[in-house]
Amino acid sequence: MEEQLIKNGIRYDGRKFDELRPIEAKVGILKNADGSAMFRLGNTVAIAGVFGPRKVFPKHEEEVDKAVLRARYVMAPFATSDRGRPGPSRRSTEISMVTRKALIPIIFLDEFPKTAIDLHIEVLEADASTRIAGINAASLALADAGVPMRDLVCACSAGKVQGHVVLDIAGKEDTEGELDLPVAYYPKKKQITLLQMDGIAKNEEVKAIIKLALKGCEKVYEAQKNALKSRYGIEEEHKSEKVIE
Amino acid sequence: MIEIDAELIKNILRKNRRIDNRAFDTYRDVSIEKGIITSAEGSARVKLGDTEVVAGIKMDIGEPYPDSPDEGVIIVGAELVPLASPEFEAGPPREEAIEIARVVDRAIRESKVIDLKKLCITPNEKVWMLFVDIDILNDDGNLFDASGIAAMAALLNTRMPELDENQKPVRDKKGTEPLPIDGIAISTTFAKIDNTIITDPNLAEMKSLDARLTVGTLKKGDETLLCSMQKGGNVGFSMEEIEKIIDMAIEKGEELREMLK
Amino acid sequence: MESIQRKLVIPGELLGTGRAGHGCFEDNGKVFSKFVGLAEQKNELFFVIPLSGIYNPKRGDGVIGKIEDVVFSKWIVDINSPYQGVLPLSEATEDFIDLTKTELTKYFDYGDLIFAEISSVTKTKNVQLSMMDRKCRKLRGGRLIKVTPAKVPRIIGKAGSMVEMIKDLTGTQIVVGQNGLVWVKGDNEDIAAEAILTIEERSHTQGLTDYIKDMVHNKVQKGE
Repeated sequence: MEEQLIKNGIRYDGRKFDELRPIEAKVGILKNADGSAMFRLGNTVAIAGVFGPRKVFPKHEEEVDKAVLRARYVMAPFATSDRGRPGPSRRSTEISMVTRKALIPIIFLDEFPKTAIDLHIEVLEADASTRIAGINAASLALADAGVPMRDLVCACSAGKVQGHVVLDIAGKEDTEGELDLPVAYYPKKKQITLLQMDGIAKNEEVKAIIKLALKGCEKVYEAQKNALKSRYGIEEEHKSEKVIE
Repeated sequence: MIEIDAELIKNILRKNRRIDNRAFDTYRDVSIEKGIITSAEGSARVKLGDTEVVAGIKMDIGEPYPDSPDEGVIIVGAELVPLASPEFEAGPPREEAIEIARVVDRAIRESKVIDLKKLCITPNEKVWMLFVDIDILNDDGNLFDASGIAAMAALLNTRMPELDENQKPVRDKKGTEPLPIDGIAISTTFAKIDNTIITDPNLAEMKSLDARLTVGTLKKGDETLLCSMQKGGNVGFSMEEIEKIIDMAIEKGEELREMLK
Repeated sequence: MESIQRKLVIPGELLGTGRAGHGCFEDNGKVFSKFVGLAEQKNELFFVIPLSGIYNPKRGDGVIGKIEDVVFSKWIVDINSPYQGVLPLSEATEDFIDLTKTELTKYFDYGDLIFAEISSVTKTKNVQLSMMDRKCRKLRGGRLIKVTPAKVPRIIGKAGSMVEMIKDLTGTQIVVGQNGLVWVKGDNEDIAAEAILTIEERSHTQGLTDYIKDMVHNKVQKGE
């Protein structure tokens, strides 16, 4: 007998329908990468590392007029409750691809022709919405690396569980729920740069779910901005506009 | 390799035309031939304009996935065969092929048109494995939809092998039982070039597009429902563009579904 | 309206209405930051000094490079960037050289450090160097330190005040490349190196000049 995922308007982890899991975001966590960040959404944790812009190997992947963004998303074998096989899978290849496309619109790629910006995402703990955590960490890592960007990309998922539309799909809601819809958003241009859906819903429901996910993205955006500022902000002694000698 | 200039495509679109003179919301001619591969349990060849795809279904007995012990297993693969395009190389599946396989898989799986529970022989031990393999023979754009139609047609065409006294599939005799399928899942792909949304992009349009969205639909009674979505391309969509595409997907999905009935 | 001075900004952050200088971009008359960095404003011009990032070669920059390869009539130079610098023979020396008789390595050999000027950067990032300016020379001995290129202005200081101070207090030679490479030489080169790395770490803080002055003074006193 399946455990109820929603009881009396409360989800199995105690959240309301439009509530995100607790977010933790930290920037500059890896020493060797040019830029890095960690993003946690409840029990889902992803770290992202960026190298570059740097010379492209193999050379045939080079583009003469812009940088190429290469993204590699992988889940650690210990990230899931059943041990996973190490290394890339077809699923992780697809996620790497949609992650790359989600981030390209915000990067000034033409400022670094003939280079590669290499993004590596490692999911350390998987409790659903892993590509979401990956993209959120990646945006921060790119900014941390000093890659010129137009904005940050923020991502969030929404879906349907026991007939109810909910925000930020977690764990059992992914495996036992009816619909999962991850979204990535470029706030300045109000553009959706990643959109996927698994599950059945009516026309108007799908539109409502996307809009709810976008609301979640806005909250993620605030957390990302705070994480970037607090990397340096804590050490900033005076926040007012004094001129330096 | 010199290719059609994206600028040319955009200029033609600005004049409200497409390079092959189609309307923005029209699919190319679709032809579907079923049962063409005698070695397969089910098969179909689909031509969508000049895009040509063959899907073959093979069935075997295997173990169920641990988290669905009473369900059959579907595995979808796609191969961008080198003869389909000067750009396809031999070797392990690249991300394009993987994406096509996963998009086709998503529509079929999430729509639940195949009753996987009926493909269970002995729970936890023996289930039917459905291998859906898609061979792309010529790429003239929109491999997602062509593959989706081919896979669905091949599944509808499939006859399950009989089992012998050892519960192994009989290979030298064609089965007669169709798969437990109720409904037809269809994927429809839309591309955005500059600010124009077009249906069923051909190869030149695929190479020039800014963004694309593939939407899977199925019909339940009188209502069309959505079952999958996949966005591609390096530019984002606005919410309004997505809403428009969802509406078009429902309409176009119905048109394509009629061809498979 | 108060002018922005050394305000910590992040990519996509709105700076104001005006013109976009280095590190900024303009969209519909509004100026935004491209980087995590410190924003400054001079009248209607905004610019942002990034707090991290690789070196993007610019014409006129003085850079420290390491000779990577010697080909027929030029040297290939590693300038701490995804783009290599090319030093043609004609820009390296005023001597007349008969290439059939002279090895180029006599002038600059593999691994040599040079301080050169970027004479041109093409759109496809072919970087040409020149040694003809008086300040250009081979750097012999000493130590090479790598810092974030974005922090170089802080290391140099206003009108060179920061780097001159360290030179005076430590009695070392210091050459600062815009490409994030700094060369120090002298008895107290270790102290100078430490000072520079400290500036990099604390580049976004205030009161840095005094802090460095005290730090270096103390270390030199202790005879470290």
